[in-house]
Amino acid sequence: MTFDYAPAPESRAIVDIPPSHGLFIDGRFRAAADETVFKTVSPASEEVLSEVANAGADDVDAAVRSAREAFAGWSALPGAERAKYLFRIARLIQERSRELAVLETLDNGKPIRESRDVDLPLVAAHFFYYAGWADKLEHAGFGPAPRPVGVTAGVIPWNFPLLMLAWKVAPALATGNTMVLKPAETTPLTALLFARICQQAELPPGVLNILTGDGATGAALVAHPGVDKVAFTGSTEVGKAIARTVAGSDKRVTLELGGKAAHLVFEDAALDQAVEGIVQGIFFNQGHVCCAGSRLLVQESVADEVLAALKARMSTLRVGDPLDKNTDIGAINSAEQLARITALAEAGEAEGAERWAPSCELPSTGYWFAPTLFTGVTQAHRIAREEIFGPVLSVLTFRTPQEAVEKANNTPYGLSAGIWTEKGSRSLWLASRLRAGIVWSNTFNKFDPTSPFGGYQESGYGREGGRHGLEAYLDV
Amino acid sequence: MSSLASTASTASPAPTAAPALADVTASDAALRRFLHGLPGVDAVGLESRAAALGTRSIKTTTKAYALDLAISMIDLTTLEGADTPGKVRALCAKGRHPDPTDRETPSVAAICVYSDLVAVAREALAGSGIAVASVATAFPAGRAARSVKLADTAEAVAAGADEVDMVIDRGAFLAGRYLSVYEEILAVREACGEQAHLKVILENGELATYDNIRRASWLAMLAGADFIKTSTGKVGVNATPANTLLMLQAVRDFRAATGRQIGVKPAGGIRTAKDALKFLVLVNETAGPDWLSPRWFRFGASSLLNDLLMQRQKLGTGRYSGPDYVTVD
Amino acid sequence: MSEPLAVRKTYKLFVGGAFPRSESGRVYEVTNSRGSWRANAPLASRKDARDAVVAARKAFPRWSGATAYNRGQVLYRVAELLHDRRAQFRSEVAAAEGLSQAKADRVVDAAVDRLVWYAGWSDKVAQIAGGANPVAGPYFNLSTPEPTGVVAVLAPADSALLGLVSVLAPVLTTGNTAVVVAAERAPLPALTLAEVLATSDVPAGVVNILSGRTDELARPLAAHQDVNAIDLTGADAGLATELEVLAAENLKRVRRPAPAEDFAADPGTGRLLGFLETKTVWHPTGV
Repeated sequence: MTFDYAPAPESRAIVDIPPSHGLFIDGRFRAAADETVFKTVSPASEEVLSEVANAGADDVDAAVRSAREAFAGWSALPGAERAKYLFRIARLIQERSRELAVLETLDNGKPIRESRDVDLPLVAAHFFYYAGWADKLEHAGFGPAPRPVGVTAGVIPWNFPLLMLAWKVAPALATGNTMVLKPAETTPLTALLFARICQQAELPPGVLNILTGDGATGAALVAHPGVDKVAFTGSTEVGKAIARTVAGSDKRVTLELGGKAAHLVFEDAALDQAVEGIVQGIFFNQGHVCCAGSRLLVQESVADEVLAALKARMSTLRVGDPLDKNTDIGAINSAEQLARITALAEAGEAEGAERWAPSCELPSTGYWFAPTLFTGVTQAHRIAREEIFGPVLSVLTFRTPQEAVEKANNTPYGLSAGIWTEKGSRSLWLASRLRAGIVWSNTFNKFDPTSPFGGYQESGYGREGGRHGLEAYLDV
Repeated sequence: MSSLASTASTASPAPTAAPALADVTASDAALRRFLHGLPGVDAVGLESRAAALGTRSIKTTTKAYALDLAISMIDLTTLEGADTPGKVRALCAKGRHPDPTDRETPSVAAICVYSDLVAVAREALAGSGIAVASVATAFPAGRAARSVKLADTAEAVAAGADEVDMVIDRGAFLAGRYLSVYEEILAVREACGEQAHLKVILENGELATYDNIRRASWLAMLAGADFIKTSTGKVGVNATPANTLLMLQAVRDFRAATGRQIGVKPAGGIRTAKDALKFLVLVNETAGPDWLSPRWFRFGASSLLNDLLMQRQKLGTGRYSGPDYVTVD
Repeated sequence: MSEPLAVRKTYKLFVGGAFPRSESGRVYEVTNSRGSWRANAPLASRKDARDAVVAARKAFPRWSGATAYNRGQVLYRVAELLHDRRAQFRSEVAAAEGLSQAKADRVVDAAVDRLVWYAGWSDKVAQIAGGANPVAGPYFNLSTPEPTGVVAVLAPADSALLGLVSVLAPVLTTGNTAVVVAAERAPLPALTLAEVLATSDVPAGVVNILSGRTDELARPLAAHQDVNAIDLTGADAGLATELEVLAAENLKRVRRPAPAEDFAADPGTGRLLGFLETKTVWHPTGV
């Protein structure tokens, strides 16, 4: 007998998914004006989980009007009162965190281990953090009486559905704004459950409206003249379109976009932890992470050693049923995303990079991609330049710290970067030269509500999290 | 360690320092350079990896397998000033048949006692296949003249110990006198002769840093340890998932470099079946399945056994067991 | 003996620390506020804009890597030299803005004061814009502001010296390098400021000053992939919208024009914090 872990599925009985969902406008659920719907599926099984309303222009207008009407009252509330609603919401999230985690895993495909241990704790923490700011804004360094900007629009991606919701909703509401939130087309369910949590918390109607739909819904929301601020997380391509849309208006924008993070490993690194960091950096959340360490730059003198250890470690990754508590890598979120990853991986091979993946059996239904690494990659390869947004690591080498920095910065992106070295002065030298909004030194993919997050260059602008995260929602 | 691996011997295990690494023990300076050249350990990363592996969920058939495996890996231990022949005999009986209601229950790997009680254990375990392990070398502090430590070892071996659990000279280690520590282990190794396996206790709690634990692990392996062991169980910090994970990385890397496989024994503080299973997950996903046997992995424990037995009963009957349904020894 | 004939100054661009003519060979007529000819200014082309960006990019590592103290010293030196040439600036400002000599004097003094104010900010901005973040874990976590990079600055159209200094100094003190498009109708104070910059320890390329048609120069700058940010202060609403669209292509940070910005007023920290990127560094704490 071998020590193969028997299936350990988290029960999905904890969550009751209604067969259909309306739009959450003015505190109530209602069908889309034109009554159109779309289906959301579990990417691990392709099972249809529910039908959700597809918001059109009329619904966008209704939601923005509701948010506008609610704004006067909400922004006039004492900060301490707004805080109480957000604290209530934070507590309700904690109470219902397993339910939310299971639903997130079902709709998104991410392993329950991550939705349970990473996403949900961070979601609750984010609400707690910004709840606490609501009555302290005059001390935040944005003037003696900072005012909210008005009606805000949040457009969020499918990779961390509830966490991205928290990143938008918590600071927006804490600062006295109202919001219309558009979750991603493939992952609407936790946002809609969150709407029910808002009802339980008795959040005043219209303070938060949630519109499910596709890219057209998001575009209509961003373009709506009644929106004062847009907070978007998603692709660089869409981010640029948003920047063009708001040009010449008074709308404020924050954009959290793509990345192609360099992850630097020096010969003096704590190698076991570096390997762990590399794995965390690229395989966390199936690599559907804008700040993923997708470009591994290893000092040539230890490249063989690091690669051997990395391959051994990758061989222990458990790919499969996202609800299994022992799963490390879940399902790719959609057929479309799988096609994109597959195409880029094929391009890597076609351009001469060497492809390697551990042998692992992938489920027969659903969308799956084995953890993969490419060696012999150069900066000229597409897989070293384009964001793959999947479990695919490109491995390059460098010889000197100067070369490492030059290669690391050689990208239009600038969201995150990683460094592994045991030498403190080198670490700080590198950290100051890497053009990226987040630098993880001897760690990777760590997040915290107090810690500002956001990129340089084409990774977007503005910061979310921490005191810095308030700025985008205040009229300063 | 690829540079070492390339010159490593893949021949049968060497009795003492691996030929590939013979140079590194040539002098105090060489040994220091080697040990300080080992990759550093990031404490936060190590601990978070150990914690992450601790979230593995071990259920049903896997759990049954793992509980039995854990029982079979126990060095059932009594190391008290109040130990008597009677106490040791009771422990030996328990080790043979841990669960009197279920003869299918595996026996433990060894009974671990002080050297003056080895003969009692030897007699009590006759024919059982269970090893007698003796602590030695002025356990637990190790603060005695080398001649005393060697005499202690020789007594234990003469009385029939199959395994000797020695302590390293932490004072010498912390003072940077690595060669002295190395030579002492070599000397004890010699005193063990062909008869006894040598487990080298690093006393991680006193080494204090993970870098030291990695260095001490390599030092012990270079000196011919058959096992490296976390702790005596007599200080504040004993076996932890993180320090055991680190030692599992060390034995994995040592085998890659030299071809020699070394065992690991966490000891002290592992009291529940749940904890034991987490350690087995560490073994499985770090050193690998090759270490999943009593030959290569042990638990130094006393109260752990009863919790494993209760969990085993629960798995068999579907009912939670209680302390009255396992034996007090 | 007759009065000696005045030796007039030829106004030139300021690019990479040198004073070239426009590569296009063009000039345009600069008049005073009453419409009479005062000088010819170079009519910079898109190629001049490109050269200026190259120079600014080249200067960025050194300027952004200089100590904040050093940048403050350099800006203070600019203030000193500006003050030293106040007679010349007074006359240029008076002509450009139609001010009395006394009022022009006050404008020049205000420009000097503005530079001194921003010079002092260089080594303080990180302390108001950055800080330690108390993350829930064993990590040291610090946010620090860093300069955005190469900033294209469309200088205000109607405040040729004080406005220019007010938009340029905050860009510089935080470590950015700049390509400035001077006020189209009143470029002379800017071109003279270049002479001050050239003699006051500002490394070559840190500031580049172009005179010409804002309309012609701003588009290539807004579209330039190696420009990180653009300050549209000197653009009218229609042009600003068009430039903002162009700037979206590489997601430049855009500062939109504010109607009737009063450069005599206390500037606050808005412009100081405008072209900064927050970098957050995590490091574990353990033994």
